[in-house]
Amino acid sequence: MIPGVDGFMYPNEVELQWSLLIVLYPYITGLVAGAFILASLERVFRVEAVRPTYRLALLTALSFMLVAPLPLQLHLGHPERSLEMYLTPHRSSAMAMFGFVYLWYLMVVLLLEIWLEYRADIVRLAQSTTGITRLIYKALTLGSENVSTASRVIDDKVGYTVTVIGIPSAFLLHGYVGFIFGSIKANPWWSTPLMPIVFLFSAMTSGIAAVLLLYMATTKVKKVTLDMRCLDTIAKYLFYTFVIDFTLEMLDLIHRTYEADESFRSLDFMVHTRLWFSQVVLQIGMGTLIPLALLAANQLWTFAEAKRRVMYVTACCLTLVGIFAMRWNVVIGGQLFSKSFLGYTTYKVAFVTREGLIPAIGLMLLPFVIFVVLVKLLPPLGESEAHPSA
Amino acid sequence: MRRLLRDWVHLVRPALVLLAGIGIFLVVRGAVIPKAFGQYGHFRPGALDTIRQRPISFAGQDTCVMCHDDQAKVRASGRHAHVACEACHGPLALHANDPAANVPKLPDVADLCRRCHEKDAAKPRKFPQVVTVEHSQGVPCDACHKPHNPHI
Repeated sequence: MIPGVDGFMYPNEVELQWSLLIVLYPYITGLVAGAFILASLERVFRVEAVRPTYRLALLTALSFMLVAPLPLQLHLGHPERSLEMYLTPHRSSAMAMFGFVYLWYLMVVLLLEIWLEYRADIVRLAQSTTGITRLIYKALTLGSENVSTASRVIDDKVGYTVTVIGIPSAFLLHGYVGFIFGSIKANPWWSTPLMPIVFLFSAMTSGIAAVLLLYMATTKVKKVTLDMRCLDTIAKYLFYTFVIDFTLEMLDLIHRTYEADESFRSLDFMVHTRLWFSQVVLQIGMGTLIPLALLAANQLWTFAEAKRRVMYVTACCLTLVGIFAMRWNVVIGGQLFSKSFLGYTTYKVAFVTREGLIPAIGLMLLPFVIFVVLVKLLPPLGESEAHPSA
Repeated sequence: MRRLLRDWVHLVRPALVLLAGIGIFLVVRGAVIPKAFGQYGHFRPGALDTIRQRPISFAGQDTCVMCHDDQAKVRASGRHAHVACEACHGPLALHANDPAANVPKLPDVADLCRRCHEKDAAKPRKFPQVVTVEHSQGVPCDACHKPHNPHI
Protein backbone atom coordinates (compact mmCIF):
# COMPACT_ATOMS: atom_id res chain seq x y z
CA MET A 1 0.00 0.00 0.00
CA ILE A 2 1.14 3.53 -0.79
CA PRO A 3 0.78 5.96 2.14
CA GLY A 4 -2.08 8.43 1.62
CA VAL A 5 -3.72 6.36 -1.11
CA ASP A 6 -7.05 4.60 -0.59
CA GLY A 7 -8.27 2.06 -3.14
CA PHE A 8 -6.91 1.94 -6.67
CA MET A 9 -5.06 4.82 -8.33
CA TYR A 10 -3.33 4.79 -11.71
CA PRO A 11 0.42 5.38 -11.22
CA ASN A 12 0.35 8.91 -12.63
CA GLU A 13 -2.48 9.94 -10.30
CA VAL A 14 -0.83 9.18 -6.97
CA GLU A 15 1.18 12.38 -6.84
CA LEU A 16 -0.58 15.67 -7.61
CA GLN A 17 0.90 17.55 -10.55
CA TRP A 18 -0.84 20.86 -9.88
CA SER A 19 0.11 22.15 -6.48
CA LEU A 20 -0.72 25.03 -4.15
CA LEU A 21 0.79 27.51 -6.63
CA ILE A 22 -1.77 26.53 -9.24
CA VAL A 23 -4.41 27.31 -6.63
CA LEU A 24 -2.92 30.79 -6.24
CA TYR A 25 -2.97 31.48 -9.96
CA PRO A 26 -6.76 31.60 -10.49
CA TYR A 27 -7.11 33.27 -7.10
CA ILE A 28 -4.80 36.13 -8.06
CA THR A 29 -6.18 36.60 -11.60
CA GLY A 30 -9.64 36.60 -10.05
CA LEU A 31 -8.68 39.49 -7.77
CA VAL A 32 -7.40 41.39 -10.83
CA ALA A 33 -10.60 40.90 -12.80
CA GLY A 34 -12.83 41.66 -9.81
CA ALA A 35 -10.97 44.84 -8.91
CA PHE A 36 -11.11 46.08 -12.49
CA ILE A 37 -14.83 45.40 -12.77
CA LEU A 38 -15.40 47.40 -9.59
CA ALA A 39 -13.41 50.27 -11.13
CA SER A 40 -15.56 50.11 -14.24
CA LEU A 41 -18.69 50.51 -12.11
CA GLU A 42 -17.77 54.10 -11.55
CA ARG A 43 -16.34 54.83 -14.98
CA VAL A 44 -18.78 53.14 -17.30
CA PHE A 45 -21.89 52.61 -15.24
CA ARG A 46 -21.55 55.97 -13.51
CA VAL A 47 -22.04 54.67 -9.95
CA GLU A 48 -20.76 57.89 -8.38
CA ALA A 49 -20.85 56.51 -4.83
CA VAL A 50 -17.91 54.19 -5.45
CA ARG A 51 -15.74 56.96 -6.93
CA PRO A 52 -13.33 57.08 -3.94
CA THR A 53 -12.26 53.53 -4.74
CA TYR A 54 -11.82 53.99 -8.50
CA ARG A 55 -8.09 54.64 -8.45
CA LEU A 56 -7.55 52.20 -5.62
CA ALA A 57 -9.28 49.46 -7.61
CA LEU A 58 -7.06 50.13 -10.63
CA LEU A 59 -3.89 49.98 -8.52
CA THR A 60 -5.13 46.79 -6.83
CA ALA A 61 -5.72 45.24 -10.25
CA LEU A 62 -2.23 46.24 -11.43
CA SER A 63 -0.52 44.97 -8.25
CA PHE A 64 -2.10 41.54 -8.56
CA MET A 65 -1.76 41.49 -12.34
CA LEU A 66 2.03 41.83 -12.13
CA VAL A 67 2.21 38.86 -9.77
CA ALA A 68 -0.36 36.67 -11.59
CA PRO A 69 2.09 34.77 -13.85
CA LEU A 70 4.68 34.18 -11.12
CA PRO A 71 3.04 31.10 -9.53
CA LEU A 72 3.05 29.48 -12.97
CA GLN A 73 6.70 30.38 -13.51
CA LEU A 74 7.65 28.80 -10.19
CA HIS A 75 5.65 25.70 -11.06
CA LEU A 76 7.39 25.16 -14.39
CA GLY A 77 10.47 22.98 -14.62
CA HIS A 78 11.90 25.30 -17.28
CA PRO A 79 10.36 28.73 -16.63
CA GLU A 80 12.48 30.33 -19.36
CA ARG A 81 10.66 28.23 -21.94
CA SER A 82 7.36 29.90 -21.08
CA LEU A 83 8.46 32.83 -23.23
CA GLU A 84 8.32 30.55 -26.27
CA MET A 85 4.56 30.79 -25.83
CA TYR A 86 4.87 34.35 -27.16
CA LEU A 87 7.53 33.64 -29.76
CA THR A 88 6.02 30.58 -31.41
CA PRO A 89 2.43 30.41 -30.17
CA HIS A 90 0.33 27.43 -31.21
CA ARG A 91 -3.21 28.37 -32.11
CA SER A 92 -4.61 25.18 -30.61
CA SER A 93 -3.16 26.03 -27.20
CA ALA A 94 -5.54 27.92 -24.92
CA MET A 95 -2.60 28.77 -22.67
CA ALA A 96 -0.62 30.35 -25.54
CA MET A 97 -3.58 32.43 -26.66
CA PHE A 98 -4.11 33.49 -23.08
CA GLY A 99 -0.57 34.86 -22.96
CA PHE A 100 -1.68 37.48 -25.46
CA VAL A 101 -4.89 38.20 -23.56
CA TYR A 102 -2.73 38.80 -20.49
CA LEU A 103 -0.38 41.15 -22.37
CA TRP A 104 -3.29 42.98 -23.99
CA TYR A 105 -4.98 43.44 -20.65
CA LEU A 106 -1.82 44.56 -18.85
CA MET A 107 -0.24 46.77 -21.50
CA VAL A 108 -3.18 48.22 -23.35
CA VAL A 109 -6.05 48.25 -20.89
CA LEU A 110 -4.69 48.55 -17.38
CA LEU A 111 -1.51 50.61 -17.86
CA LEU A 112 -3.18 52.95 -20.35
CA GLU A 113 -6.17 53.52 -18.14
CA ILE A 114 -4.00 54.20 -15.10
CA TRP A 115 -1.81 56.56 -17.12
CA LEU A 116 -4.79 58.50 -18.43
CA GLU A 117 -6.37 58.67 -15.00
CA TYR A 118 -3.19 59.86 -13.26
CA ARG A 119 -1.68 61.99 -16.04
CA ALA A 120 -2.54 65.36 -14.50
CA ASP A 121 -1.22 64.23 -11.09
CA ILE A 122 1.95 62.85 -12.66
CA VAL A 123 2.64 66.16 -14.44
CA ARG A 124 1.97 68.09 -11.23
CA LEU A 125 4.24 65.77 -9.20
CA ALA A 126 6.96 65.96 -11.87
CA GLN A 127 7.01 69.71 -11.34
CA SER A 128 6.75 69.74 -7.55
CA THR A 129 9.14 66.93 -6.55
CA THR A 130 12.94 66.74 -6.67
CA GLY A 131 15.71 64.21 -7.14
CA ILE A 132 15.07 60.66 -8.29
CA THR A 133 11.32 60.90 -7.60
CA ARG A 134 11.14 63.76 -10.07
CA LEU A 135 12.95 61.63 -12.67
CA ILE A 136 10.44 58.81 -12.20
CA TYR A 137 7.48 61.16 -12.61
CA LYS A 138 9.21 62.82 -15.59
CA ALA A 139 9.57 59.44 -17.25
CA LEU A 140 5.93 58.66 -16.47
CA THR A 141 4.74 61.83 -18.22
CA LEU A 142 6.22 60.35 -21.43
CA GLY A 143 7.41 63.84 -22.26
CA SER A 144 4.03 65.55 -22.42
CA GLU A 145 3.11 68.14 -19.85
CA ASN A 146 -0.05 69.36 -21.48
CA VAL A 147 -2.79 69.13 -18.86
CA SER A 148 -5.12 71.72 -20.27
CA THR A 149 -8.83 71.27 -19.63
CA ALA A 150 -9.36 70.31 -23.27
CA SER A 151 -6.67 67.60 -23.09
CA ARG A 152 -8.17 66.24 -19.86
CA VAL A 153 -11.59 66.04 -21.51
CA ILE A 154 -9.98 64.02 -24.30
CA ASP A 155 -8.24 61.81 -21.70
CA ASP A 156 -11.57 61.22 -20.04
CA LYS A 157 -13.22 60.16 -23.29
CA VAL A 158 -10.34 57.86 -24.24
CA GLY A 159 -10.25 56.49 -20.67
CA TYR A 160 -13.96 55.73 -20.90
CA THR A 161 -13.42 53.87 -24.19
CA VAL A 162 -10.51 51.92 -22.72
CA THR A 163 -12.67 50.92 -19.73
CA VAL A 164 -15.49 49.82 -22.03
CA ILE A 165 -12.97 47.63 -23.90
CA GLY A 166 -11.51 46.62 -20.54
CA ILE A 167 -14.71 45.03 -19.22
CA PRO A 168 -14.87 42.23 -21.82
CA SER A 169 -11.07 41.95 -21.53
CA ALA A 170 -11.35 41.41 -17.77
CA PHE A 171 -14.11 38.86 -18.38
CA LEU A 172 -11.92 37.15 -20.96
CA LEU A 173 -8.94 37.17 -18.60
CA HIS A 174 -10.71 35.31 -15.86
CA GLY A 175 -13.21 33.44 -17.99
CA TYR A 176 -10.20 31.85 -19.65
CA VAL A 177 -8.91 30.46 -16.33
CA GLY A 178 -12.26 28.74 -15.85
CA PHE A 179 -12.17 27.69 -19.49
CA ILE A 180 -8.84 25.90 -18.97
CA PHE A 181 -10.35 23.78 -16.19
CA GLY A 182 -13.80 23.48 -17.76
CA SER A 183 -12.40 22.13 -21.01
CA ILE A 184 -10.47 19.23 -19.44
CA LYS A 185 -12.92 16.57 -20.54
CA ALA A 186 -11.07 13.72 -18.83
CA ASN A 187 -11.81 15.18 -15.41
CA PRO A 188 -15.48 15.16 -14.36
CA TRP A 189 -14.80 17.48 -11.40
CA TRP A 190 -13.69 20.21 -13.83
CA SER A 191 -15.38 19.46 -17.11
CA THR A 192 -18.46 21.67 -17.11
CA PRO A 193 -19.33 24.64 -19.32
CA LEU A 194 -20.44 26.44 -16.15
CA MET A 195 -16.84 26.58 -14.96
CA PRO A 196 -15.81 29.85 -16.74
CA ILE A 197 -18.98 31.61 -15.53
CA VAL A 198 -18.57 30.36 -11.95
CA PHE A 199 -14.93 31.46 -12.01
CA LEU A 200 -15.92 34.86 -13.36
CA PHE A 201 -18.48 35.61 -10.69
CA SER A 202 -16.30 34.30 -7.89
CA ALA A 203 -13.53 36.52 -9.30
CA MET A 204 -15.78 39.55 -9.14
CA THR A 205 -16.79 38.65 -5.59
CA SER A 206 -13.22 38.26 -4.37
CA GLY A 207 -11.98 41.37 -6.23
CA ILE A 208 -14.71 43.58 -4.81
CA ALA A 209 -14.07 42.22 -1.29
CA ALA A 210 -10.33 42.83 -1.66
CA VAL A 211 -10.80 46.44 -2.82
CA LEU A 212 -13.24 47.13 0.01
CA LEU A 213 -10.69 45.88 2.56
CA LEU A 214 -7.83 47.77 0.90
CA TYR A 215 -9.94 50.93 0.83
CA MET A 216 -10.62 50.65 4.56
CA ALA A 217 -6.96 49.89 5.28
CA THR A 218 -5.69 52.76 3.11
CA THR A 219 -8.00 55.31 4.72
CA LYS A 220 -6.86 54.12 8.13
CA VAL A 221 -3.17 54.34 7.28
CA LYS A 222 -3.50 57.66 5.46
CA LYS A 223 -5.85 59.00 8.17
CA VAL A 224 -8.44 60.00 5.58
CA THR A 225 -12.16 60.06 6.40
CA LEU A 226 -13.86 56.85 5.33
CA ASP A 227 -16.74 57.47 2.94
CA MET A 228 -19.50 55.29 4.42
CA ARG A 229 -21.79 55.84 1.43
CA CYS A 230 -19.06 54.42 -0.77
CA LEU A 231 -18.52 51.49 1.59
CA ASP A 232 -22.26 50.72 1.73
CA THR A 233 -22.52 50.83 -2.06
CA ILE A 234 -19.56 48.47 -2.53
CA ALA A 235 -21.04 46.14 0.08
CA LYS A 236 -24.34 46.22 -1.81
CA TYR A 237 -22.65 45.27 -5.09
CA LEU A 238 -20.62 42.63 -3.29
CA PHE A 239 -23.87 41.16 -2.00
CA TYR A 240 -25.47 41.12 -5.48
CA THR A 241 -22.42 39.52 -7.09
CA PHE A 242 -22.08 37.02 -4.29
CA VAL A 243 -25.74 35.97 -4.60
CA ILE A 244 -25.24 35.29 -8.34
CA ASP A 245 -21.96 33.48 -7.65
CA PHE A 246 -23.49 31.30 -4.94
CA THR A 247 -26.55 30.57 -7.09
CA LEU A 248 -24.34 29.45 -9.98
CA GLU A 249 -22.24 27.23 -7.71
CA MET A 250 -25.34 25.65 -6.21
CA LEU A 251 -26.79 25.22 -9.70
CA ASP A 252 -23.66 23.30 -10.63
CA LEU A 253 -23.93 21.21 -7.46
CA ILE A 254 -27.62 20.45 -7.90
CA HIS A 255 -27.11 19.62 -11.57
CA ARG A 256 -24.31 17.19 -10.70
CA THR A 257 -26.42 15.58 -7.98
CA TYR A 258 -29.49 15.26 -10.20
CA GLU A 259 -27.53 14.08 -13.23
CA ALA A 260 -25.58 11.63 -11.02
CA ASP A 261 -23.38 10.32 -13.84
CA GLU A 262 -20.78 7.58 -13.39
CA SER A 263 -18.43 9.91 -11.49
CA PHE A 264 -21.04 11.00 -8.95
CA ARG A 265 -20.48 8.39 -6.25
CA SER A 266 -16.76 9.02 -6.31
CA LEU A 267 -17.12 12.81 -6.16
CA ASP A 268 -19.83 12.56 -3.51
CA PHE A 269 -17.57 10.39 -1.37
CA MET A 270 -14.78 12.92 -1.77
CA VAL A 271 -16.96 15.87 -0.68
CA HIS A 272 -17.96 13.89 2.41
CA THR A 273 -14.41 12.91 3.33
CA ARG A 274 -11.30 14.59 1.95
CA LEU A 275 -12.98 17.85 0.91
CA TRP A 276 -15.42 18.09 3.81
CA PHE A 277 -13.53 20.78 5.67
CA SER A 278 -12.34 22.84 2.68
CA GLN A 279 -15.57 22.60 0.69
CA VAL A 280 -18.47 22.30 3.11
CA VAL A 281 -17.08 24.02 6.21
CA LEU A 282 -14.70 26.60 4.72
CA GLN A 283 -16.10 27.38 1.28
CA ILE A 284 -19.85 27.01 1.72
CA GLY A 285 -20.31 27.56 5.47
CA MET A 286 -17.74 30.09 6.60
CA GLY A 287 -16.79 31.52 3.22
CA THR A 288 -20.24 31.97 1.70
CA LEU A 289 -23.21 31.64 4.05
CA ILE A 290 -21.82 33.76 6.90
CA PRO A 291 -20.64 36.67 4.67
CA LEU A 292 -23.87 36.48 2.67
CA ALA A 293 -25.88 36.65 5.90
CA LEU A 294 -23.84 39.63 7.11
CA LEU A 295 -24.22 41.46 3.80
CA ALA A 296 -27.92 40.58 3.54
CA ALA A 297 -28.52 41.87 7.08
CA ASN A 298 -27.13 45.22 5.97
CA GLN A 299 -29.57 45.32 3.09
CA LEU A 300 -32.50 44.60 5.40
CA TRP A 301 -31.69 46.60 8.50
CA THR A 302 -29.74 49.74 9.30
CA PHE A 303 -26.84 49.30 11.70
CA ALA A 304 -24.65 51.91 13.35
CA GLU A 305 -21.51 52.91 11.38
CA ALA A 306 -19.05 51.15 13.67
CA LYS A 307 -21.08 47.93 13.53
CA ARG A 308 -21.32 48.12 9.74
CA ARG A 309 -17.57 48.46 9.44
CA VAL A 310 -16.98 45.39 11.58
CA MET A 311 -19.60 43.47 9.62
CA TYR A 312 -18.08 44.47 6.27
CA VAL A 313 -14.54 43.61 7.36
CA THR A 314 -15.68 40.22 8.68
CA ALA A 315 -17.74 39.52 5.56
CA CYS A 316 -14.91 40.50 3.19
CA CYS A 317 -12.22 38.53 5.06
CA LEU A 318 -14.46 35.45 5.10
CA THR A 319 -15.29 35.98 1.42
CA LEU A 320 -11.61 36.02 0.51
CA VAL A 321 -11.04 32.84 2.55
CA GLY A 322 -14.10 31.24 0.95
CA ILE A 323 -13.04 32.06 -2.62
CA PHE A 324 -9.55 30.77 -1.88
CA ALA A 325 -11.13 27.56 -0.58
CA MET A 326 -13.18 27.39 -3.80
CA ARG A 327 -9.99 27.59 -5.91
CA TRP A 328 -8.40 24.97 -3.67
CA ASN A 329 -11.36 22.62 -4.02
CA VAL A 330 -11.36 22.99 -7.78
CA VAL A 331 -7.62 22.62 -8.38
CA ILE A 332 -6.67 20.17 -5.63
CA GLY A 333 -10.05 18.43 -5.40
CA GLY A 334 -9.93 17.61 -9.09
CA GLN A 335 -6.74 15.64 -8.61
CA LEU A 336 -7.61 13.70 -5.46
CA PHE A 337 -9.69 10.98 -7.10
CA SER A 338 -8.78 8.36 -9.67
CA LYS A 339 -10.16 8.36 -13.20
CA SER A 340 -11.07 4.74 -12.45
CA PHE A 341 -13.35 6.10 -9.66
CA LEU A 342 -11.91 3.36 -7.47
CA GLY A 343 -9.44 5.27 -5.35
CA TYR A 344 -8.35 8.52 -3.73
CA THR A 345 -5.01 10.12 -3.03
CA THR A 346 -3.88 12.81 -0.57
CA TYR A 347 -2.22 16.18 -1.08
CA LYS A 348 0.25 17.35 1.51
CA VAL A 349 1.56 20.89 1.10
CA ALA A 350 5.34 21.04 1.13
CA PHE A 351 6.96 23.75 3.23
CA VAL A 352 10.09 25.34 1.79
CA THR A 353 10.23 23.66 -1.59
CA ARG A 354 9.78 25.60 -4.82
CA GLU A 355 6.06 24.90 -4.79
CA GLY A 356 5.67 24.88 -1.03
CA LEU A 357 3.92 26.99 1.56
CA ILE A 358 6.67 29.59 2.01
CA PRO A 359 6.85 30.58 -1.71
CA ALA A 360 3.04 30.65 -1.75
CA ILE A 361 2.91 33.01 1.22
CA GLY A 362 5.63 35.13 -0.41
CA LEU A 363 3.67 35.30 -3.66
CA MET A 364 0.52 36.27 -1.78
CA LEU A 365 2.34 39.07 0.05
CA LEU A 366 4.12 40.41 -3.03
CA PRO A 367 1.02 42.14 -4.55
CA PHE A 368 0.56 44.03 -1.28
CA VAL A 369 4.19 45.21 -1.37
CA ILE A 370 3.67 46.36 -4.97
CA PHE A 371 0.39 47.99 -3.91
CA VAL A 372 2.12 49.99 -1.14
CA VAL A 373 4.77 51.19 -3.61
CA LEU A 374 2.12 52.12 -6.18
CA VAL A 375 0.02 53.96 -3.59
CA LYS A 376 3.13 55.88 -2.55
CA LEU A 377 3.93 56.73 -6.17
CA LEU A 378 0.40 57.38 -7.36
CA PRO A 379 -1.73 58.64 -4.44
CA PRO A 380 -5.22 57.17 -4.88
CA LEU A 381 -7.16 59.09 -2.28
CA GLY A 382 -6.09 62.66 -3.07
CA GLU A 383 -8.20 65.21 -4.86
CA SER A 384 -8.57 63.77 -8.33
CA GLU A 385 -8.32 66.07 -11.30
CA ALA A 386 -9.80 63.40 -13.49
CA HIS A 387 -13.13 63.47 -15.28
CA PRO A 388 -13.43 67.19 -15.81
CA SER A 389 -16.51 66.55 -17.87
CA ALA A 390 -18.21 64.52 -15.18
CA MET B 1 -7.73 72.69 -35.53
CA ARG B 2 -4.15 73.25 -34.43
CA ARG B 3 -5.30 73.66 -30.85
CA LEU B 4 -7.31 70.46 -31.06
CA LEU B 5 -4.28 68.61 -32.40
CA ARG B 6 -2.17 70.00 -29.56
CA ASP B 7 -4.59 68.56 -27.01
CA TRP B 8 -4.59 65.15 -28.70
CA VAL B 9 -0.87 64.84 -29.34
CA HIS B 10 0.04 63.51 -25.86
CA LEU B 11 -1.91 60.33 -26.71
CA VAL B 12 0.56 59.63 -29.48
CA ARG B 13 3.24 59.04 -26.86
CA PRO B 14 1.81 55.90 -25.21
CA ALA B 15 1.00 54.69 -28.72
CA LEU B 16 4.65 55.16 -29.66
CA VAL B 17 5.77 53.32 -26.50
CA LEU B 18 3.44 50.47 -27.44
CA LEU B 19 4.68 50.43 -31.03
CA ALA B 20 8.30 50.46 -29.81
CA GLY B 21 7.47 47.48 -27.54
CA ILE B 22 5.88 45.59 -30.43
CA GLY B 23 8.88 46.51 -32.62
CA ILE B 24 11.38 45.19 -30.06
CA PHE B 25 9.28 42.03 -29.70
CA LEU B 26 9.28 41.46 -33.46
CA VAL B 27 13.03 42.04 -33.74
CA VAL B 28 13.75 39.63 -30.86
CA ARG B 29 11.30 37.13 -32.36
CA GLY B 30 13.02 37.34 -35.75
CA ALA B 31 16.43 36.90 -34.15
CA VAL B 32 15.72 33.94 -31.89
CA ILE B 33 13.34 31.78 -33.94
CA PRO B 34 15.27 29.36 -36.17
CA LYS B 35 14.78 30.19 -39.86
CA ALA B 36 13.30 26.80 -40.78
CA PHE B 37 10.79 26.77 -37.89
CA GLY B 38 7.46 25.36 -39.08
CA GLN B 39 8.91 23.63 -42.17
CA TYR B 40 7.49 20.21 -41.20
CA GLY B 41 5.04 21.31 -38.50
CA HIS B 42 4.99 23.40 -35.37
CA PHE B 43 8.54 22.59 -34.35
CA ARG B 44 12.20 23.28 -35.13
CA PRO B 45 13.44 20.95 -37.91
CA GLY B 46 16.87 20.90 -36.26
CA ALA B 47 15.22 19.05 -33.36
CA LEU B 48 15.01 15.98 -35.61
CA ASP B 49 18.81 15.94 -36.05
CA THR B 50 19.26 16.41 -32.31
CA ILE B 51 17.02 13.40 -31.71
CA ARG B 52 18.84 11.36 -34.39
CA GLN B 53 22.14 11.99 -32.62
CA ARG B 54 20.93 10.26 -29.50
CA PRO B 55 22.30 6.71 -29.12
CA ILE B 56 19.97 3.94 -30.27
CA SER B 57 18.82 1.77 -27.37
CA PHE B 58 16.48 -0.77 -28.96
CA ALA B 59 17.69 -3.25 -31.56
CA GLY B 60 14.19 -4.04 -32.86
CA GLN B 61 12.27 -7.29 -33.21
CA ASP B 62 13.70 -8.22 -36.61
CA THR B 63 17.28 -7.97 -35.34
CA CYS B 64 16.54 -10.32 -32.39
CA VAL B 65 14.95 -12.91 -34.68
CA MET B 66 18.02 -12.96 -36.94
CA CYS B 67 19.98 -14.92 -34.31
CA HIS B 68 17.31 -16.22 -31.92
CA ASP B 69 14.89 -17.74 -34.44
CA ASP B 70 14.35 -20.83 -32.23
CA GLN B 71 12.95 -18.69 -29.42
CA ALA B 72 11.04 -16.58 -31.91
CA LYS B 73 9.24 -19.70 -33.22
CA VAL B 74 8.23 -20.77 -29.69
CA ARG B 75 7.01 -17.26 -28.94
CA ALA B 76 5.04 -16.99 -32.19
CA SER B 77 3.02 -20.10 -31.32
CA GLY B 78 1.87 -18.86 -27.90
CA ARG B 79 -0.08 -16.08 -26.16
CA HIS B 80 3.02 -13.87 -26.05
CA ALA B 81 3.25 -13.76 -29.86
CA HIS B 82 2.61 -10.02 -29.89
CA VAL B 83 4.89 -9.12 -26.99
CA ALA B 84 8.16 -7.75 -28.41
CA CYS B 85 11.41 -9.38 -27.20
CA GLU B 86 12.72 -6.16 -25.74
CA ALA B 87 9.49 -5.53 -23.79
CA CYS B 88 10.76 -8.17 -21.31
CA HIS B 89 14.48 -8.35 -22.03
CA GLY B 90 14.99 -4.58 -22.13
CA PRO B 91 16.73 -2.45 -24.77
CA LEU B 92 19.46 -4.55 -26.43
CA ALA B 93 21.00 -2.48 -29.24
CA LEU B 94 24.44 -2.82 -27.64
CA HIS B 95 24.06 -6.61 -27.48
CA ALA B 96 22.99 -6.72 -31.14
CA ASN B 97 26.05 -4.72 -32.18
CA ASP B 98 28.49 -6.90 -30.26
CA PRO B 99 26.84 -10.02 -28.77
CA ALA B 100 30.02 -11.34 -27.17
CA ALA B 101 30.97 -8.13 -25.40
CA ASN B 102 27.45 -7.31 -24.19
CA VAL B 103 25.78 -10.36 -22.75
CA PRO B 104 22.36 -9.36 -21.40
CA LYS B 105 21.21 -10.47 -17.98
CA LEU B 106 18.06 -12.63 -17.95
CA PRO B 107 15.09 -10.84 -16.39
CA ASP B 108 14.04 -11.92 -12.89
CA VAL B 109 10.66 -13.63 -13.37
CA ALA B 110 9.67 -12.91 -9.77
CA ASP B 111 9.27 -9.25 -10.73
CA LEU B 112 8.83 -9.45 -14.48
CA CYS B 113 5.58 -11.45 -14.82
CA ARG B 114 3.62 -9.63 -12.16
CA ARG B 115 4.23 -6.31 -13.89
CA CYS B 116 1.55 -7.37 -16.38
CA HIS B 117 -0.29 -10.21 -14.64
CA GLU B 118 -0.83 -8.97 -11.09
CA LYS B 119 -4.57 -8.76 -10.43
CA ASP B 120 -5.92 -5.26 -10.86
CA ALA B 121 -9.51 -4.04 -10.94
CA ALA B 122 -8.68 -1.62 -13.73
CA LYS B 123 -7.56 -4.36 -16.17
CA PRO B 124 -9.95 -5.98 -18.66
CA ARG B 125 -11.58 -9.05 -17.08
CA LYS B 126 -10.42 -11.42 -19.82
CA PHE B 127 -6.77 -10.48 -19.35
CA PRO B 128 -4.97 -13.27 -17.47
CA GLN B 129 -4.26 -11.92 -13.99
CA VAL B 130 -3.60 -13.47 -10.59
CA VAL B 131 -2.87 -12.44 -7.04
CA THR B 132 0.70 -13.72 -7.19
CA VAL B 133 1.07 -14.31 -3.45
CA GLU B 134 -1.94 -16.64 -3.46
CA HIS B 135 -1.33 -18.10 -6.92
CA SER B 136 2.26 -19.31 -6.68
CA GLN B 137 3.08 -18.91 -2.97
CA GLY B 138 6.65 -17.94 -3.76
CA VAL B 139 7.31 -20.52 -6.48
CA PRO B 140 8.91 -18.74 -9.49
CA CYS B 141 6.51 -18.36 -12.45
CA ASP B 142 8.85 -20.13 -14.87
CA ALA B 143 8.68 -23.29 -12.76
CA CYS B 144 5.34 -23.96 -14.51
CA HIS B 145 5.01 -21.39 -17.31
CA LYS B 146 7.67 -21.02 -20.01
CA PRO B 147 7.98 -17.29 -20.64
CA HIS B 148 8.12 -17.52 -24.45
CA ASN B 149 4.96 -19.64 -24.56
CA PRO B 150 3.30 -19.48 -21.13
CA HIS B 151 0.62 -22.12 -21.74
CA ILE B 152 1.21 -25.13 -19.44
